[in-house]
Order: sequence, then C-alpha cells, then structure tokens
Amino acid sequence: MPELRSKQIRVRRLAAALFVLLGFLLLALPALAQDVPVTDDEVNAVAKDLFCPVCESTPLDVCPTQACADWRELIRQQLSEGSTPEEVQAYFARQYGDGVLANPPKSGFTLILWALPVVAVIVGGVFFTRYVRTLRTSAAEVDEEFEEDVVETAVPIPAKLIAPDDYKSRLEEELRNR
Amino acid sequence: MSDIANRLEQPQKSSRSYLSIAVWVIVLGLLAVLGWGLVNSTAPRPEVGEMAPKFNLEFFDGYEWEGKTAASLEDMKGQIVVMNFWASWCVECRVETDELEAAWQKYQDQGVVFVGVAYSDVEPNSIAYMEEFDVTFPHAPDLGTRISHDYEITGVPETFIIDQTGEIAYVQIGPISGSTLDQIIGQLLADGG
Repeated sequence: MPELRSKQIRVRRLAAALFVLLGFLLLALPALAQDVPVTDDEVNAVAKDLFCPVCESTPLDVCPTQACADWRELIRQQLSEGSTPEEVQAYFARQYGDGVLANPPKSGFTLILWALPVVAVIVGGVFFTRYVRTLRTSAAEVDEEFEEDVVETAVPIPAKLIAPDDYKSRLEEELRNR
Repeated sequence: MSDIANRLEQPQKSSRSYLSIAVWVIVLGLLAVLGWGLVNSTAPRPEVGEMAPKFNLEFFDGYEWEGKTAASLEDMKGQIVVMNFWASWCVECRVETDELEAAWQKYQDQGVVFVGVAYSDVEPNSIAYMEEFDVTFPHAPDLGTRISHDYEITGVPETFIIDQTGEIAYVQIGPISGSTLDQIIGQLLADGG
C-alpha cells in the first residue's frame, strides 16, 4: 500500500514537471520566433513594393536615405517576428497611407485611375470602328456614284480608236509564220 | 421604297446617338473625377490667415496631452498651437528640438500647446529621439501621413503656429529658432486671439 502511494506521488511529480517544462516552452516560443534570421533579399522583396516616404517614386529597396534604411529595418523586424509580406505591407499602408504602396488597392479614386485606361481603350475602339465604317460607307457611295456616272455618261469608243494590243498582234503574227 | 428604308434606319440612328451621348457622358465624368482628384492632390499649402486644417492625433505612450491619449485641433481651440513636423532621420530637426522644448517649458502654463508630429518615422526611433533630447511636450505619429498631406508640408522640419481662433498665424519651413517662437507667441498672447 505505501509502495502504491509513493508511485502515485512520483507520477504526480513527473506530470507537474512536464507541465512546468511545457509552460517554459510556450513562453519561449515568441523569443524563438524573433530569432528567425531574415536575409536582405527577403527584406528587399517586400521593400520593392513600397515607396520611399521622402524621395518621390523611388522604391524602398534601392533608396539610399536614412528614412528608407529605417523602414527596411522595420520590415526585417516584422518578418523576423513572423509577419507575412502582405501583413507588413498592410501595416505600412495603415501607418503611412496608401501612397507608400507601389500597387495601391483598387478602390476609391485609385479605382478610377485603374479603370481609365481600360475605358479609354474601349471608347477609342468604338470610335475607331465607327470611323472605319464611315470610311467604308463613303467609299462605297463614291464607287456607286462613279459607276452610275460612268454608265450615264459612257460614249462608245470607235473600234478604230482603240489601240491594237501589241503583244497579241505579235503572237498572232508568229503563229501565222510557223 | 426609299421612305420605308428611311423609316427603318431612323430607330437605328437614334439608338446610335444615345450610345454616343452615353459614351461621352462616361468619358467626361471620369475626366472630371480625375481632374478633381488631381486638383485635390496638389492643393496649395494653407497660408497665414487661413483656417488651419483639422487634425486628429493619437499620442505616443508617455507623450500625451493633458492626460489624453488622443486629441483634435478642436479640443485645443482657445489656445495657441505650435505644431512641429519632424522625424528621427531628419538631421535639420536636431537643430531645433532643444529650442522647442525650452519654449514649451516657458509657455506651457500660458495657454500654449506644443505638438510634435513625427512624419514617416518608425515608432521606436521616434521614442529614442525624444528620449535623447529629453523632450516632454506632446508627440504623435502622423498616422497615414494625413496631417502632413492636409498641411502640404514639403519636408521636415516645418512648424505651423495656430492662433486661439484656429487661424494659421505663422509658418516656418526649416528649423525654427527660440527667438522666432518668442516673437510670434508673445505677439499672439498680447493680442489675446
């Protein structure tokens, strides 16, 4: 009986030790996540889709300013903490505005900027088609009018005024001479 | 025969003209919206004598205003507001920070609010900068760069001094000096808004 009791106590102690160990592991997880090394290429892959806040239209991955160096370091830190590139970009948009995104979301005024070239192509296509049709119609009308004029004003040409076909006459002559 | 042909052609012609009108309306509408957006994006800087654009601030921890974590220009009405745009990466800003802190210490009990707005800065760097200079006046990040956009700043540092009625009294591009702060704030306090 005392043996069974001491066995139970040992099992309980072991279970408690395991719980404590598990607790330490859970606490250490964020620290482990922070240790994930992030390469410059991974940072630049995110940075190339962001714009420098100081120099207009300069991608963040190639900008030499201190502000951009700080931003790249922030990207590195966030990636090392486990954020995805999309989450990093969303953070930058929230913190610094959509203007820092190389590909701003297609909504609001930006949507019009995206839609305008498509609309311009469609409208241009419609007008071009109509223009070509107009040209064809007017050309056909001109042809018709010309044919009508030719028929109305046609005067038979006397046979003697028609120039003899030189080639044909030479051919006939050669055939005759054979 | 030609009458019948004309009658058949008429509805086609009218539907074509409606389509043409619709296309033009769409094109002109899009161009108008685009123009409006471009005009807004290149709005002129608010000048002295004009009402200051409204803003909302969410202060950095430890740099709140009167214990509030967030405040707007409306909340500060009746007081002189010295709004300074800066950044930790800005070299020129280092020239003026001590002067701003000294002026804040001098005027904070006389109805003058100093607000630092960190432009395109990384928060830990902003905090480190403020700690380096022992800055104590309220500071906030320019979230979404909305405030700097509304005030059309061209860079940092820039300082806007807003009088008690909400009008812009002075604009400084580049570092501001203690003597300029004394002169403008002294004048506004004497006028009493």
